[in-house]
Amino acid sequence: MTVVWTPVCRFADLLAERGVAALIGDAQVAVFRLHDDRLRAIGNRDPVSGAHVLSRGVVGSRGDRAVVASPMHKQAYDLDTGECLDADARVPVFPIRVRGGVVEVGTA
Amino acid sequence: MRLVVVGNGMVGQRLIEALAARDTDGRWSVTVLAEEHRRAYDRVRLSAYFEGATAEDLTLAPAGVPSGTDIRLGEPVLAVDRAARVVRTAAGSYPYDALVLATGSFPFVPPAPGRDARGCFVYRTLDDLEALREYANGRSDGIVVGGGLLGLEAANALRLLGLRTSVVEFAPHLMPMQLDPAGGAMLRRRIEELDIAVHTGTGVTAIATDGDRLRVDTAGELALEADLVVFAAGVRPRDDLARTAGLAVAERGGILVDSSLRTNDPAVFAIGECAAVEGRCYGLVAPGYAMADVVVDRLLGGAAAFGGADTSTKLKLLGVDVASFGRTAGALDVVYADPANGLYAKLALTDDAGTLLGGILVGDATAYGALRAAVGGPVPGKLADFLSAGAPDVALPGHAQVCSCNNVTKDAVLAAIGDGCGDVPAVKACTRAGTTCGSCVPLLKSLLAEAGVAQSTALCEHFAYTRQELFDLVRVRGIRTFSALVAGYGTGRGCDICKPTVASILASLGNGHILDGEQAALQDTNDHFLANIQRDGTYSVVPRIPGGEITPERLIVIGEVARDFGLYTKITGGQRIDLLGARVEQLPDIWRRLVAAGFESGHAYGKALRTVKSCVGSTWCRYGVQDSVGLAVALELRYRGLRAPHKIKSAVSGCARECAEARSKDFGIIATEQGWNLYLGGNGGFRPRHADLFLSDVDTDTLVRTVDRFLMYYIRTADRLQRTAAWIEGLDGGLDHLRAVIVDDRLGLCADLDAAMARHVAAHTDEWRDVLEDPVKLRRFVSFVNAPSTPDPSISVGRERGQPVPLRLPAVRR
Ligand code: SRM
Ligand SMILES: Cc1cc2nc3c(=O)[nH]c(=O)nc-3n(C[C@H](O)[C@H](O)[C@H](O)COP(=O)(O)OP(=O)(O)OC[C@H]3O[C@@H](n4cnc5c(N)ncnc54)[C@H](O)[C@@H]3O)c2cc1C
Ligand code: SF4
Ligand code: FES
Repeated sequence: MTVVWTPVCRFADLLAERGVAALIGDAQVAVFRLHDDRLRAIGNRDPVSGAHVLSRGVVGSRGDRAVVASPMHKQAYDLDTGECLDADARVPVFPIRVRGGVVEVGTA
Repeated sequence: MRLVVVGNGMVGQRLIEALAARDTDGRWSVTVLAEEHRRAYDRVRLSAYFEGATAEDLTLAPAGVPSGTDIRLGEPVLAVDRAARVVRTAAGSYPYDALVLATGSFPFVPPAPGRDARGCFVYRTLDDLEALREYANGRSDGIVVGGGLLGLEAANALRLLGLRTSVVEFAPHLMPMQLDPAGGAMLRRRIEELDIAVHTGTGVTAIATDGDRLRVDTAGELALEADLVVFAAGVRPRDDLARTAGLAVAERGGILVDSSLRTNDPAVFAIGECAAVEGRCYGLVAPGYAMADVVVDRLLGGAAAFGGADTSTKLKLLGVDVASFGRTAGALDVVYADPANGLYAKLALTDDAGTLLGGILVGDATAYGALRAAVGGPVPGKLADFLSAGAPDVALPGHAQVCSCNNVTKDAVLAAIGDGCGDVPAVKACTRAGTTCGSCVPLLKSLLAEAGVAQSTALCEHFAYTRQELFDLVRVRGIRTFSALVAGYGTGRGCDICKPTVASILASLGNGHILDGEQAALQDTNDHFLANIQRDGTYSVVPRIPGGEITPERLIVIGEVARDFGLYTKITGGQRIDLLGARVEQLPDIWRRLVAAGFESGHAYGKALRTVKSCVGSTWCRYGVQDSVGLAVALELRYRGLRAPHKIKSAVSGCARECAEARSKDFGIIATEQGWNLYLGGNGGFRPRHADLFLSDVDTDTLVRTVDRFLMYYIRTADRLQRTAAWIEGLDGGLDHLRAVIVDDRLGLCADLDAAMARHVAAHTDEWRDVLEDPVKLRRFVSFVNAPSTPDPSISVGRERGQPVPLRLPAVRR
């Protein structure tokens, strides 16, 4: 298994503390830019509702964790681990980086 | 007197800070000689560097801290001349009256041939990590040598760098220093689930270079190939300087010191990882901090002694909780293993099961705090409760150590709270608890809560204020952004509670378009996309139809739009038409068609005015006494877009028959022969309430002015998500108070409220049209940023009664 990096958008296109969705093969990835310009990528599917909407949630923090709240029913997901803090659920986490101003998401 | 400190690592920094704090009459002048080129940084959190933390984020020593100390970076000490009491560097000599060695450790690299090859790294300093990151760029896999605490951190780092990762551990199981074989096996299972290959019970014997690749040979059959290798197989104390200076060292390395941290030369101390206190080295920061405190005390004439240290650890490694405390094997071991859920727990007890000696937790370490505090006494509760997942509710004893990194007890935290520390940052500042690894922060929070620090009115964990207080702060201080508000008056980065609340406050106070600048990030998905999200992730569009009055031409346009975009169509309970099932990328096209026909898309979502319903009224109805439609249209246009703590609904009926159901609305109006009756605080919904009569037989101007003030006063003072019904019920003095404020102007607020409403009315623009005219905002309306024209393939549509409906989504919850 090698990581394949797929460019998805320019870093400058992202709003701080907001997400966008990217389609990589069949996978929907929610890409977030945090307030300090760190990037995170998790699966876009909200496992509780089944809808592909996590990229549209409110980004913030819970304790020391950076989280996004599902726009559907507000469960928070840890952007570092994909763990759901309010339900027994988890979403995948993807590596993400910036190369030459372009955001790239890694998939297996 | 002159103090020279060698090393500005974590412990050396703690020493100079503690000395600066306690040496108030300046007995010591301090020189620090440091090998690294940057000031002390948080080595414990080193790995955060791969998660985006910068060197500045990790620093423990902002420039000039502590003041008055002479700190020389990049100037390693080369020799100590004990007879002359002088240390030497390449740049010069520094005489001392007391010398503290705080040189830390170096990474242990097994003596395998080829270990210096290009592509081999260690994991100790920021420079190491920088080099590793640079090399890893564009490469695909890596091997970590060492399956202990450090090795697993390094493995996580490689994963974050996007490398396929394997771990090779010499011992038969992972984390041999902390875990028993069964605990190690459980951890292994959890880690393998993350696609990290684990090889235990085998050591690295040689590393060979093959072009750009490395081959790692082991003592067994195993040979692995990878782009790079990270050695994280433990550390060795840096005692070379002491050795050449003729100081005693421990049998297995480390500068030998007694419990006062003195070497065999009374003018020389050693602290931190380089010290072997009575022969024993400690590889954790907490014992090092304790040593630094002892030395400070001794330098100032005290008699403190280092009494050993708790080497309990609780960590989250690769997302798995791992904790060990006290002795991990006793006369009687009680074990709980749940492989299906990746849980393992073991308690070591005396043979009569009466005394807890220590234990191990893998997978769930919630019980750690309570158990660690109980070591040496009976298990605080039912054994079985501790062993199965989750922690029972046990009050910690006062002497229990809450923060192990900084050795802070529960009593000390409670004392700080008693002295007025009202939140986590304050407790951190007073006690240092929570300032190192951060794992005790949740405990600090629960202690604050337990101590009854009033938190109930706080909006959420990020703001200790009520919505009303925040509103006043924003208004009075003229704050215009969430960032400024949270920086000045909050903590963290906000959440789905406070961000939309602040967005609403900013909007109520007139701060431009709701998607302008930073405000865009505050809105929940409905406000962000200016439409209401549905169960399948599509949106509904509800064109505004003020008063429910609509021309045939516009009615036809709505039908055409619904048909052309394949939308489900329904008449709402608010006298409008709902178009459901629009995908994000369709929204602007739909709005464009609506705007062209003279519509604005309406708020069926936002915490704002929804509709002003009307009955037909005097224009047509044989009973009607006033033009209810005309007033409803005027009111809806006046208050549209007004952001509030909750939604606001209204209705106007043309006579007392009340066909518009005005008394179930936040403000309802019923026509009389003489004018209008105004009713306030009605609610349908979950807890219906009839509105109370507030004014009778007033003219239209008085009516509108009163409603203006009512709404503005509600917006300023209500709680988040409190509708007018609950707000009025909660007002001290109820309707009389309200009348005193908005009719009699007892608080002198009315001019202000009137002006605020005048600003709102003047500033109104069509939010949807504004988006259509702004290419930057428009760009956000795509399902996929990298495939703007591709619709979300997960959305599929069926048909019911001749209309499109969303199909049930597969596999809910796992
Ligand atoms: C569309 C509509 C149902 C319909 O097909 O008729 C509707 C649909 C929703 N209502 Fe409603 N309500 C609709 C009229 C009502 C009415 C009747 C009315 O307004 O005359 C009520 C009772 C009156 C009242 O509010 O006092 C009503 C009481 C609620 C409540 C409970 C409010 C309460 O105070 O207890 C909620 C939940 C909330 O807002 O927190 C709610 C929430 C919702 C939401 C916004 C829930 C959500 O977030 O998805 C639904 C939006 C669906 C959508 O996207 O369109 N809806 N809802 C009606 C839209 C009217 C409009 O044109 O704006
Ligand atoms: C990745 C990682 C994760 C860790 N995680 C944890 C954890 O979770 N919990 C925990 O308790 N501990 C953890 N540790 C260990 C912790 O970082 C150390 O215990 C702590 O840093 C020890 O502090 P120190 O000052 O003794 O040594 P250091 O912080 O290593 O500082 C020693 C300094 O002395 C300098 N020096 C050495 N020789 C000379 C010389 N001759 N002249 C001048 N300067 C010199 C070195 O360059 C270095 O800057 C971790 C360590 C690493 C590397
Ligand atoms: S409320 Fe009165 S005026 Fe309005 S429709 Fe009903 S009967 Fe007619
Ligand atoms: S336990 Fe590490 S900071 Fe408190």
